[in-house]
Amino acid sequence: MKLHNRRASGLAALALAAGMSLTACGGDGDAAPGSDGGDGDVTVTMLPKNLGNPYFDTSTSGAEKAGDELGVTVEEVGPDAASPEAQVPFINTAAQQGVEALVVSANDPTAICDALDEARSAGTSVVTFDSDTDPECRDIYVNQADAGGIAQVQVDLIAEQIGDKGEVAVLSAAANATNQNAWIELMEAEIEENHPDIELVDVVYGDDDDQKSFDQTAALLQQYPDLAGIISPTTVGISAAARYLSTSNAKGRVSLTGLGTPNQMREYVEDGTVEAFALWNPADLGYLATFTAAALANGDIEGEEGDTFEAGRLGEYTVGADGVVLLGDPFVFDGENIGDFDF
Amino acid sequence: MSAPTLSDAPTSREPRSERTYPAYSRPLWRRALLTREFAVVALLGVVYLYSFNEVPAFDGPLTLYYLFLDIAPILLIAMPMTMVIITGEIDLSVASVVGLSSVLTGVLHQDAGLSIPVAALVAVLVGGLCGAFNGFLVAYVGLPSLAVTIGTLALYRGIAVGLLGTTAVTGFPDRWTDLAKQRIVEGSSWPMILVPFLLLLLFTTWLLHFSTFGRGVYEIGLNDEAAHFTGVNVELTKFWLFVFAGAVAGFAGVYYTLRYGSARGDNATGLELQVIAAVLLGGVSIFGGRGALHGVVAGAVLIGVISSAMRLENQTVNLINIVIGVLLVLSVTSTSFLAWASGLAAGRRRARSTDRSRTSSG
Repeated sequence: MKLHNRRASGLAALALAAGMSLTACGGDGDAAPGSDGGDGDVTVTMLPKNLGNPYFDTSTSGAEKAGDELGVTVEEVGPDAASPEAQVPFINTAAQQGVEALVVSANDPTAICDALDEARSAGTSVVTFDSDTDPECRDIYVNQADAGGIAQVQVDLIAEQIGDKGEVAVLSAAANATNQNAWIELMEAEIEENHPDIELVDVVYGDDDDQKSFDQTAALLQQYPDLAGIISPTTVGISAAARYLSTSNAKGRVSLTGLGTPNQMREYVEDGTVEAFALWNPADLGYLATFTAAALANGDIEGEEGDTFEAGRLGEYTVGADGVVLLGDPFVFDGENIGDFDF
Repeated sequence: MSAPTLSDAPTSREPRSERTYPAYSRPLWRRALLTREFAVVALLGVVYLYSFNEVPAFDGPLTLYYLFLDIAPILLIAMPMTMVIITGEIDLSVASVVGLSSVLTGVLHQDAGLSIPVAALVAVLVGGLCGAFNGFLVAYVGLPSLAVTIGTLALYRGIAVGLLGTTAVTGFPDRWTDLAKQRIVEGSSWPMILVPFLLLLLFTTWLLHFSTFGRGVYEIGLNDEAAHFTGVNVELTKFWLFVFAGAVAGFAGVYYTLRYGSARGDNATGLELQVIAAVLLGGVSIFGGRGALHGVVAGAVLIGVISSAMRLENQTVNLINIVIGVLLVLSVTSTSFLAWASGLAAGRRRARSTDRSRTSSG
């Protein structure tokens, strides 16, 4: 008696299973044709710190432009949270696919090293950009600007805006972010040396998360009522901080500068929340990184000091010590010139 | 095929079919194959074969190796988590215990100068202690495990981040980080971490499916008061299950640290949800009393295969999460759907059989 209805439910279970597998496969199959290309093609995989970050959207658009000019396929992959262990599966995947080059912005200098080593032993060239790993884990690091220049320009900007005295705080990205930490160290040294009346009171971390950066800004203003300025050396941080300041009574009293993109900062420059901020062009950075990766993959360069290569409209670049390629000096955006930029 | 006659025999002798035990009213092969667990195993087979044939590079030698490295912490913690969920409780603090154990391994090795095995042992013991604290509050104080482990989720993570601050401990000896990634046989796809997992699987299978303790676990999930009156020590059983979960999470934390060569306070954030997803996908009822380990293993591997295949297709992580989420919802609702469907079918059949008995007697 019961036998039959059990069988019915069993069959229903199998039917459900088949249904589920079809949904799963439907998701899988979409990108199959085309994305793989022919064997002769060079594929460059872009692995930013996380997806949905406007900064990396811009660098990827630059990479895609370079890909079009070079005739190489550029694929962007990445985790939804900026953590090193979330990047590892994507590096592994690149090794499995045997892509010719991997362009990665590291969430941690050492944690992804082993995975990168495995990818390199599978024949993938590894270029880091924006945030480096330990030098032995990659072939070339495409540096957006040297740390000294970046720290210098931010300290100069905040000193100018607060009249060279008062309390300042730093709103950074993740606590382990390689580049932010290097800049903060240099900024501390620069302030101590050349700006005796400026006191760096705190460094807080917004983890490159908009809401968290927003909340950290609010907390900073509450904790330090005499705060004169905030430096946020990360694009997510500075725009979240600007959004908070522009609607709070601290607007105009607390200066904000750091690294931001013109499109994100435009309204805050126009409404007077922010006077000036600095950055390089991330699109150029992605563009240069892709040219570097392609040059490595094609065997044009080895990544040794002194190797030179052409990078499209940016001109010729030379690989420096430790396999570093330098994009150029940081650029200061203010009310006068921000209208000339769109990224 | 002697089984059908065996189970049919009592029904033919006494017409009151309601008295038969449903679980044993079917032949063995049906009881084994037409189940939620087997549906997941079959789905895993289908998805794996599809990926193997259709997804570029999925058939490569690295795929399974990376897949097992990735899901090893989930597989490990899913073992005790299955038993915890079968008792009708839940442990949300496991990922925080992984983080704490990771930090402890790093701090004890770097600052206290302990060797890796000693630091690992301490980390596993502390994991067990964390579990004991959960277990004490749930079993003896009688608080709901959801509330307790949400609290300790924050507490253990807080201790982990507090111990190490915002820095990371790196630079573990190569011997140990290599061990975490070593293959069992050089050149094969099976990483070394599968050895402790298989031992754990054997132990858990024996404990859950072949021991008195395991019968007690199911009984507690079905009705803990009845379990108490049949002589099951409900409190002690729950207590030890939480200790078990904590200790395994501690071990997973050591593995996590060595695999990535980095001890950080935020390691394995959100891992508890992946573990619970694997367990529920494997056919374990969130209400307790139901589930089997082969389904859970299949569930965890299925999540791994889908993620791996979709990454190879360069799908974004959001789409991967959507597919796994949909799968999980379907899997959880399928229980109610199947109950409803078989209820309908049973109702119809009962009507038909009463018809038939009336005509045969008449």
